[in-house]
Amino acid sequence: MSEPSETRLTDEATRSVVLAGVGGQGTILAANLLANALLAHGYDVKTSEVHGMAQRGGSVISMVRFGGAVASPLVPLGEADALLGTELLETLRNLEFLAPNGKVIASRTRVDPLPVLQGTVEYPADAEERILSLWPDSIIVDAPAIAAEAGDARAANTVLLGILSPELPVGVDEWLAVIGKLVKAKAVEANRNAFLVGREFAGKR
Amino acid sequence: MAERKLMTGNEAVAMAAFDAGVLFASAYPGTPSTEILEVFSKQEGVYAEWAPNEKVALEAAVGASIGGVRSLAAMKHVGLNVAADPWFTLPYIGVSGGLVVANADDPGMHSSQNEQDNRYYAKAAKVPMLEPADSQEAYDLTREAYRMSERYDTPVMLRLTTRVCHSRGLVERAAKELPVRVPYIKDEVKRVMIPGHARLRHPVMVDRLAEMEEFSNGFPFQRAERGAGDAVVVTAGVAYQYVKEAFPGVSILKLAMTNPMPRGLITEFCEQFSDVYVVEELEPYIEETVAGLGLYPRGKVGVPRVGELNVDNVRDAFPELAKATGAPVPAHPSHVEGLPARPPILCAGCPHRGIMYALARQKAIIAGDIGCYTLSVLPPLSAHDCQVCMGASITMGHGLEKAMELELGEGEEEERGTHMVVSVLGDSTFFHSGVTGLMEMAYNRGRYTVVILDNRTTAMTGFQDHPGTGITLQGDPTVTVDIEKLVRSLGIENVRVVDPYDLAQCKQVLSEEMDRDAPSVVISRRACVLRERTSKEPYAISREECNDCGLCMRLACPALVKRGEEVTILTDACTGCGVCAQVCRREAIKV
Repeated sequence: MSEPSETRLTDEATRSVVLAGVGGQGTILAANLLANALLAHGYDVKTSEVHGMAQRGGSVISMVRFGGAVASPLVPLGEADALLGTELLETLRNLEFLAPNGKVIASRTRVDPLPVLQGTVEYPADAEERILSLWPDSIIVDAPAIAAEAGDARAANTVLLGILSPELPVGVDEWLAVIGKLVKAKAVEANRNAFLVGREFAGKR
Repeated sequence: MAERKLMTGNEAVAMAAFDAGVLFASAYPGTPSTEILEVFSKQEGVYAEWAPNEKVALEAAVGASIGGVRSLAAMKHVGLNVAADPWFTLPYIGVSGGLVVANADDPGMHSSQNEQDNRYYAKAAKVPMLEPADSQEAYDLTREAYRMSERYDTPVMLRLTTRVCHSRGLVERAAKELPVRVPYIKDEVKRVMIPGHARLRHPVMVDRLAEMEEFSNGFPFQRAERGAGDAVVVTAGVAYQYVKEAFPGVSILKLAMTNPMPRGLITEFCEQFSDVYVVEELEPYIEETVAGLGLYPRGKVGVPRVGELNVDNVRDAFPELAKATGAPVPAHPSHVEGLPARPPILCAGCPHRGIMYALARQKAIIAGDIGCYTLSVLPPLSAHDCQVCMGASITMGHGLEKAMELELGEGEEEERGTHMVVSVLGDSTFFHSGVTGLMEMAYNRGRYTVVILDNRTTAMTGFQDHPGTGITLQGDPTVTVDIEKLVRSLGIENVRVVDPYDLAQCKQVLSEEMDRDAPSVVISRRACVLRERTSKEPYAISREECNDCGLCMRLACPALVKRGEEVTILTDACTGCGVCAQVCRREAIKV
């Protein structure tokens, strides 16, 4: 990867992004894209991911922290600057990580957990409303549909990164370069488009 | 500045081993250690392999070390239980080429059956131990471990934890050492541990431990950070990172080498403070030493002894210290209560589902094992009765069956136990430690049934090859162990193969074999659906025939959903395995 640039921001406080979703939704890759974009910009970066049993359709969280010098790879409760939710219930579940001025960027995606599929528990049908009532500034979009228009529904998480991106000092070129490096060759174009569509969407708000 | 890359702790260990000139590495996959070998195996000029189990992996690494090259064995914490036999005698023998055991503990049990603290293994075996706190230290301490191993003629434990293994951080690599081969010199007094030789070697280990304690006292990675206030926190591993944030500016003694413990350094530094704290994950391992030095530390009185640490619970452990260091306690929105849990589940189309469903209906005690199929313990499948460790399904089944059959003494009116017994384990688990259990069954005349779920891969840890797949870790074709022939060679005559997508066949073969008054093995064979997805038409439920009985819901398939009373199939999720269509009594589920 690139060398830390001259602009390394050595005294900046640590900031955090929590990515929450369901095992198999690709939060590890999304976290890795974000982490490498931040690294390319000169930050110290740490991430935390979930492997193993939880990946079989369970709740998963990835965390990305950046700043002058990051200590803990885990985000303390109430300290995240942003929560990227790839699924509504998981977004709702993880709001507790957000700092008071944190941003919620979530996909209007619903994946029923087993107890809901079984009909023993109701999926919170008002999940989106509850997120908005607790976090009025939340941006909730149909990320897979937007990604599909951009070329591939599987680039949904990259749409969310695009929406998040204006909050970060990382340049568009740095983002596109990192996508080119980390995403499988045949999916690079769709992911770059998805990123740009997301970024444009954020700009219009 | 040299190139710095984001690496997980596991990648950092792998690259450090490569840069240290390690030529031989062996492991059995196990979360959170798996990626160490996966990454190492892709490096130029190295040999890396999946061993059938961790004991084999470590013994092979011992051989490679005796053969003169630097070697690596990697395993999860419970893997060292399997490898404990060579582990305790290996330090008597010592090394030729440096030997490091990368051991990954799993505090919080993210993907494990227990959260044992393997630091006690290092202490019990008199093996030096290093504990990295992030990816850069994982790299640096791996490099140090090889130097230490050869300098002190001992294996070294690199003790990792899930949060070090699976966190990414910046890593700057150091210059690569070229591999060397230490010439072989016969030395049976050092390497053949008959009692007479071992009695000579044990005092050498004790002396070595004293020498290494001096080294530990001066080891540059043991870091005394002087801050403000009258308190000092002794810590190691990733807990150090939490301490930095929970108690900003506090004095810290951050240990990197925790066996032998640097008692001189601890006393010298901690005596300068009025309050001594110890923050560590799991057991009071460091605390015991600090307490033994008369320093009256506060440790597990506040820090949780179970589960994983984080900034929040470390801060909460010592409120007076948080207050003194002025740690900002963030206000956070309260936990959103009452949300549906999301447990991991068997995938749609998982070949384990059909056979586990059929088994659960046999009214037998199901002795289970470690793998994806263990998830079938959850309702509604509820297809596991007991499970303890890799391979134990077969052997527990043996004891269970005997317990049911043994007659009570005279004067006892109770009937014999009437439960049937079935043991269930996966193909990779069978190769790991099921084969000796099967010998137990055959030799000691067990008459129960063993079901081997052969999905042609090690699925739970991410699809690693094993002796039954015909491919090595480095992608070369090799022999394929034939499970049927292996089972028959042990003297078990009744071996049947079923397709777990064919429920009628599963039920029939299971009942026939379970009724048989002889040992039997049923192999349920179909590749993991995530590996070989045969693109079949998704099924749908005909509203005319369906009476909403809910029988199909007992399969716990994520493609089947009950909304109100009505069951439907999620077309996008359905893989077309057809198991639900076979469960339906009204033929309502069709392509």
